[in-house]
Amino acid sequence: MRSPDSPVLTIDGLVKDVGPLASLDGKMLRVVSGLSLVAERGQVTALLGANGAGKTTTLECAQGLQKRTGGSISLLGADPDTAGADLRSRVGVMLQDGGLPPSARPIPLLRHVAGMYQKPMNVDALVERLGINQFSRTSVRRLSGGQKQRLALAAALVGNPEILFLDEPSAGLDPQSRQMVFDLIAELRDAGMGIVLTTHLMDDAERLADYVYIIDGGHNVVEGTVAELLQHDHAGDSAITDRTLYFDAPGGLDFAGALGPGLQLTETRSGSYSITGAITPRDLASLTAWWAEQNIMPASLRLEARSLEDVFLDISGRDLR
Amino acid sequence: MSKLLSPNAGPASLPRRIMQQGRYETITMLRNGEQLILAVVLPLMALVGLTVTPLLDGLGGSRVDVATPGILALCAMSTAFTGQGIATGFDRRYGVLRFLSTTPLGRGGLIAGKILAVLVVLFLQVLVVGAVAGLLGWQPRLEVWLPGLGLLVLGAAAFTALGLLVAGTVRPEATLAITNLLWILLGALGGIVVPADRLPSLLQGIVHFLPSGALGQALRDAFLLGIVPFPAVLVLLLWTVLAGAAAIRWFKWN
Repeated sequence: MRSPDSPVLTIDGLVKDVGPLASLDGKMLRVVSGLSLVAERGQVTALLGANGAGKTTTLECAQGLQKRTGGSISLLGADPDTAGADLRSRVGVMLQDGGLPPSARPIPLLRHVAGMYQKPMNVDALVERLGINQFSRTSVRRLSGGQKQRLALAAALVGNPEILFLDEPSAGLDPQSRQMVFDLIAELRDAGMGIVLTTHLMDDAERLADYVYIIDGGHNVVEGTVAELLQHDHAGDSAITDRTLYFDAPGGLDFAGALGPGLQLTETRSGSYSITGAITPRDLASLTAWWAEQNIMPASLRLEARSLEDVFLDISGRDLR
Repeated sequence: MSKLLSPNAGPASLPRRIMQQGRYETITMLRNGEQLILAVVLPLMALVGLTVTPLLDGLGGSRVDVATPGILALCAMSTAFTGQGIATGFDRRYGVLRFLSTTPLGRGGLIAGKILAVLVVLFLQVLVVGAVAGLLGWQPRLEVWLPGLGLLVLGAAAFTALGLLVAGTVRPEATLAITNLLWILLGALGGIVVPADRLPSLLQGIVHFLPSGALGQALRDAFLLGIVPFPAVLVLLLWTVLAGAAAIRWFKWN
């Protein structure tokens, strides 16, 4: 799956301590502890993890905004800590808090940022594409969260970067602008840009990412394509065929006797049931045949494969969150 | 979109980046109403006040001749210290400094752009204050302008370094309070518009060592007497170097 071209970003054994912190009696806090990842051109690489997992710190070390404590980072073949203007011109950054001056208006601000580059994008076309012209007369401080996100994305893109960092790109977006932003990210990837994003939303990762690193406690615990992550049991690394069948029908527990081997039937609430395990087409047929026999029409019937959320919770532990 | 995206062609040249940032910061400063009050309105009120009251009589020149150099020094403090300090403090709060430092501008270019904006705004202040003072009868000799403006730039450097030091180390609300309070205190009692020998004797020994007192003294000597007082220049240089080094050491970007 990984492209053989030189990666846009390679992080090897990243360590970052912050502090000293008064809350830790003046000790340092290790927020990233041995994190490694590779991000390729023409791919969306997602860092998926809960809040506080170390995603933003990792990105800021890669952007040269924070100095790392240990490990190595290669950003487009160079060390971000000693990056000059040439390297910075090839890197687009969208910060989690936007980083836009509150008194600025969108278009003059974009033109200003564009002025830092030899050959920036066409600002008018970019503004049109991200729907920024709808709020071009409003100052940044009066923009909604989603409008600010789109403007910050435009500011990160305006220099035609080769690698684009997006820290929580869908935060605050309504469904329409989320679709707009996701379509744009997919197009940029197809045009060959390397995109590295963080998210704590499984759905973002499932929809956008070519390759996912699940981050927990400051290091990467599992990686793979979304399909790979969904297919494997990360505790035992065996292939997973588990599915869950949800249904609402009277007398569901009576089916327990006819249940296939290895399947589990649970009453989730009165009249609602779930069957979990390696459900086969034969299991489905026997359930519906049993209903036909009893002349029972279920109110609902839904079959679900594992979601990335299940994988994530398996790995990071349900009881911790 | 693929029409939009084109191959990366590198950064604009360093001078262009600094000019771009300087222009942007200048426009932002000039659009800020509170900043304009501090930069132009209050200094002009002080100038008029000092020329219609006898406060500065008997100091070896007409009232406006003694008052104007101090008002120019006050302008430098308004723009370089209070205005630029507050703007930088809030830019830091909102992540603007971090975002811009990821663009080709970088941290060095950002600081250079701020210094450029301070100089441009200060130049406009000199034009306005000079014109109003001219109407009030201020006619400095041509040859005193070069040392006078040179000292004004040195004073702006000292106050810029101090403003950045405050903005980079405390919260923006504290920067707002500190720089405004110091502007009032130093403006009234710091030897900037009212010379040291007109201040309470307790303060007279101190103000020569303050950047305000040194700049006020230096500009009055330059515009009134045509001389450059080296002790005052030394004090300003020391403040610039010390505050600059402290800002480089302790400035927090986030």
